[in-house]
Amino acid sequence: MNEFNTLPLWLELTTAALLLTGSVFALTGAFGLLRMKTFFQRMHPPALASTLGTWCVALASILYFSGLKHMPVLHAWLIPILLSITVPITTLLLARAALFRKRMANEPVPEEVSSGRDRGN
Amino acid sequence: MTGLLANAVLASLFIFALAMALTLVRLFRGPSAQDRVLALDYLYILAMLMMLVLGIRYASDTYFEGALLIALFGFVGSFALAKFLLRGEVIE
Amino acid sequence: MKRLFPAPLLSLTLWLLWLVLNLSTSPGNLLLGALLGVLAPLLMAPLRPQSVRIRRPVTIIRLILRVGLDVLTSNLQVARSVLTAGQRPPRSAFVRIPLDLRDAHGLAALSMITTIVPGTIWSELALDRSILLLHVFDLNDERQFIEHFKHTYERPLMEIFE
Repeated sequence: MNEFNTLPLWLELTTAALLLTGSVFALTGAFGLLRMKTFFQRMHPPALASTLGTWCVALASILYFSGLKHMPVLHAWLIPILLSITVPITTLLLARAALFRKRMANEPVPEEVSSGRDRGN
Repeated sequence: MTGLLANAVLASLFIFALAMALTLVRLFRGPSAQDRVLALDYLYILAMLMMLVLGIRYASDTYFEGALLIALFGFVGSFALAKFLLRGEVIE
Repeated sequence: MKRLFPAPLLSLTLWLLWLVLNLSTSPGNLLLGALLGVLAPLLMAPLRPQSVRIRRPVTIIRLILRVGLDVLTSNLQVARSVLTAGQRPPRSAFVRIPLDLRDAHGLAALSMITTIVPGTIWSELALDRSILLLHVFDLNDERQFIEHFKHTYERPLMEIFE
């Protein structure tokens, strides 16, 4: 297929740079997930891949396919939108589950915020 | 596709694979159940991103739908697991 | 009209989503998308606890841009503190934030925003919605953080939803 070669150079450069940036951010997230000491610290690095990592890769995909087909192909943008709705839900539920389980195991975590107010905190 | 973009795609696929390997270490090491759920959720996100990059590599639209499906299944799976950790049963 | 379109904005969004997903504006796709836009809100209507009223579109757009910018900057911050964690461990802490926002939809939006911005995770909300427990990855100054949080995110959401 000949049309593969019609991509202008600046578009290829931008796509390549975006892909590499996205993957490096995902790697940093995995590195942090492995390296952080406590569970709640480990919850933060994965957000790197689900936000900026995904944005970069989706933007690269949009640019590449738009250049390939000579028309705007925007549907890859649905993935960051979908992730920005679903990821907070799982993260939030997991944080609550972790708090619940750590309280059950008597590990040092803050007590429930509602009971904190009753004591005049 | 010229060599430049093809090489960048290969390099980013390699970096994603490396990230997956690090995540797998966390998945097997634990130590707690919520750590494993977190690692599994991250694996889903990495797999989805890899699908998008593969779509660029093969210049095919179909991979996008695979990525969308992985994102959805990842959400449902992590949600059910987190819910299970919260109460010990999935459906109340 | 109100009965057929309980949520006109949602119908329009679904219709546009269908067209973007299929990458075509052929008559068949236009019709299918419109059918989805009309039927889905009708089927979901019995599940809705309460309808949303949002105001101030300019504030919404400004908030979205603000969140996008914050995601960028805090991505760089979190990445840096992950990479330099060997020399300087991140000062993670739980922060209790007193809330003025009471609207359920506003709180939902706030929880999405705090969780999508790397470095903060919404952990727990008091039953009476007055206090929020937030986990912060690298906390500099607690008082300043609470001030910043309330000013940038909570104030605009109160304007939009209340």
